[in-house]
Amino acid sequence: MTKDIFVIAEHRRGEIRDITFELLTKGYELSKDGGRLHTVLLGFQNEKMIDELKPFSDGILNIDDEKLKDFNAEYYQMVLSNLLQEKKPFITLLGQTAFGIDLAPSLATALDMPYAADCIDIEIDKERVYTEKQIYGGKISSRVSLVENWGYMVSVRPGSIAPKEGELKAEVTAITSPLKEEIDYRRFVQYIEAAKGEVDITQAEVVVGIGRGLKEDKNLPLMEEFAKSIGGVLACSRPVVDAGWLSKDRQVGSSGKTVKPKLYIAVGISGAFQHVMGMKGADTIVAINKDPNAPIFTVADYGIVGDLFQIIPKLNEKVLEVK
Amino acid sequence: MNIAVCIKRVPETAEAAVNIDSSEKRIVEDQLVFDINEADNYALEEALLLKEKTEGDITLFTVGPKEADEVIKMGLAKGATCGVRITPENLDSLDSYTIAKLLAEPIKEENFDLVLTGCISSDAGNSQVGVTLAELLGIPHASLVINMEIEDDSVTVQRELEGGLLGELKIKLPALFTIQTGINEPRYASILGIKRAAQKEIKVVENITVEGMKTEIVRMYYPPAGKMAEILEGGVEEVSGKLCEILKGKGLL
Repeated sequence: MTKDIFVIAEHRRGEIRDITFELLTKGYELSKDGGRLHTVLLGFQNEKMIDELKPFSDGILNIDDEKLKDFNAEYYQMVLSNLLQEKKPFITLLGQTAFGIDLAPSLATALDMPYAADCIDIEIDKERVYTEKQIYGGKISSRVSLVENWGYMVSVRPGSIAPKEGELKAEVTAITSPLKEEIDYRRFVQYIEAAKGEVDITQAEVVVGIGRGLKEDKNLPLMEEFAKSIGGVLACSRPVVDAGWLSKDRQVGSSGKTVKPKLYIAVGISGAFQHVMGMKGADTIVAINKDPNAPIFTVADYGIVGDLFQIIPKLNEKVLEVK
Repeated sequence: MNIAVCIKRVPETAEAAVNIDSSEKRIVEDQLVFDINEADNYALEEALLLKEKTEGDITLFTVGPKEADEVIKMGLAKGATCGVRITPENLDSLDSYTIAKLLAEPIKEENFDLVLTGCISSDAGNSQVGVTLAELLGIPHASLVINMEIEDDSVTVQRELEGGLLGELKIKLPALFTIQTGINEPRYASILGIKRAAQKEIKVVENITVEGMKTEIVRMYYPPAGKMAEILEGGVEEVSGKLCEILKGKGLL
């Protein structure tokens, strides 16, 4: 049995995604258990990406085919199920991203392979693999074991591993694409850019983020007033957009915008990792939440535990006094 | 068009305290309020909107305890045709793979044009059941769907990628989509709908044991303390004053 680690490289429009380097960092650590680390690159005209990936693994398995240019789970699964069957890596890593979520569950099922999703850490103990993950919105952690098999698949939550610089020099192996006919039942059509809104929240120095805790849209003016007093713009977490209270261009998080203001005030936001991904780069973070165990307090520098409907009006008053 | 919608009953934990029970493999459920999983509610609404346009039936499927009938009944009250609740003997040890396996059997027996699920559950959050189910059914899928338009035998869907980007795909039916929150505005059940739902059938599949789990929870634990915000103590007046002082000190006011 090999102890090789495979990382499925993720890219979009010719650019390697950050998650790939996070996976390669973890993969390198896991490969020290007597295996080699391989980057598996499926794409089209991969030369530039290969150069960028070389320092991060022992080998690159390169499958270059026009059909693999834009991600299509059907084509990717056809290529990867062949490849993994043949090479039998010990652990295959993907990101818990729009790419990995669409690919890993069906690929693992096709290979009858144990798969652990959305992990923040992975541990090998003899022949077994264990993963750590967060459940119930980050309020509980869970250690998961994968049943014994020749190989395992794990998807890793973006942002859970600090990427390191690569010091390796990968040997590149070209693999002939097994894809022949076009498939007609699932076609990639196009990318569609997000609509631009009236305010660009990524340019603001102060951002007030509101979440589910707002309860009703009639409470919006209170937050708008506070954002104005403190010289900031109003942004939000996903539930606020889902409810139609604010437009999509105000959403902070992995499927929305990434902001790096001087000050981010999270009000009534529990701190799901998707939101945290979009605001953890702020210089100073303040969280106001009624639940003392809300994960947002592990990201914030300063916290107030309490009812936002009492705190915000008072805070607004004080801010206006001080200014 | 015949549509299957897979839904799950989950505890609402976004604003509640969550505690682990003595087995260290489950949470304490006594004090929690349960409801349909948020993303599944959007999947159900998408099915209801399609039914209004194209006619046909909606069958709801759930894997869960007897109490999961609540979410089936809610779906029936909103306009679904019938429901199936699957309750295996070893319900507590299921993983996402075996949940998909349990759903696949009854779904395979009928010829659905479309299978919808939520894209993520608020409990385990694996985003795994839907795409696994598609593979077990042998039909194409798209996950994280935020827009869908049906034309004859194919569907144009938009998947939500990172950073607000959308990826558009064209997929032939039958297919499975995992629905992202925000795709529509889920309705509430009407009083009349609730009355009508009482007449609708919920089929129960029980006295079975599922095998072939791929993962197992070793133990649950509270997230390690790590970094923690400096919590400002005091009444509303006091904490508001303290925060202003801090922000002023940092030149942020």
